[in-house]
Amino acid sequence: MRAGFVVTAAVAALSIWGSTLARAATIQVTIDKVAYNPVNISARVGDTIVWSNKDIVAHTATNRDKSWDFTIFPNKTAKVTLKKAGEIDYYCKFHPNMKGHISVKP
Amino acid sequence: MMLHKIAAAFATLLLISGAASAQGAKPNDAQIAHIAYTAGLADIANAKLALRKSKNKDVRAFAHDMERDHKAVNDKALALVKKLKVTPQDNPTSKAIAKGQADERAKLSKLKGKAFDKAYIDNEVAYHKTVDNALQSTLIPSANNDELKSLLETGLKIFQGHLEHAEHVAAEFK
Ligand SMILES: [Cu+2]
Repeated sequence: MRAGFVVTAAVAALSIWGSTLARAATIQVTIDKVAYNPVNISARVGDTIVWSNKDIVAHTATNRDKSWDFTIFPNKTAKVTLKKAGEIDYYCKFHPNMKGHISVKP
Repeated sequence: MMLHKIAAAFATLLLISGAASAQGAKPNDAQIAHIAYTAGLADIANAKLALRKSKNKDVRAFAHDMERDHKAVNDKALALVKKLKVTPQDNPTSKAIAKGQADERAKLSKLKGKAFDKAYIDNEVAYHKTVDNALQSTLIPSANNDELKSLLETGLKIFQGHLEHAEHVAAEFK
């Protein structure tokens, strides 16, 4: 009885974990010529955003809600895994004319 | 003719009007490269002065960014002129930029504390406006070589970012 419950719970947990894994995607954003490309992203909770800086200067990816702030030097990358649903506006602290948006669905 | 007008604009920190591109000789690529490089050097010197004098966190962060970005752009410009076998050519605009900003630094170095911070950042706002304007109205349209044009265009976007950043910092001192 008790063992059965543990197994069931484990299977349930695994299947949730499995379904999260199955749909988790990595979304690439290239930084070049002082812009994020693509500038607007649709993602799901669990997805990972990877920024690659192909530009000649350092940039940042800074969440307006301050929950993350990455400085990304030329030829370097930074990444974040999206933990909750919502709309994210981010920008570059060094060049505030650089703006990006991520729409995170549950 | 045109070079003199840009020179005058830099000397007085007046904005260049679109009308300045009316007639006369356009700057050549060797002069454009020299102007862009000189403009970068002047801002690096301004940044170094700010890093010696300022204790304000935001002013110092801005100055660090200017030093790093203008060095990166100038390094690219140097590598490009080398590749193109172009020797940057001194000209009245470059001289006006260098002198104009040296004069500004002489004034700034007499100031202290908040007065310095405000004057430094106000000059950065004005200077980036002038440089961005010169790039947009004259230097980019005059550039012959595609790689030089592309570097100037990326430079313009970077410096427009600096202008916005400077304006945010300047708002603190209003
Ligand atoms: Cu940036």
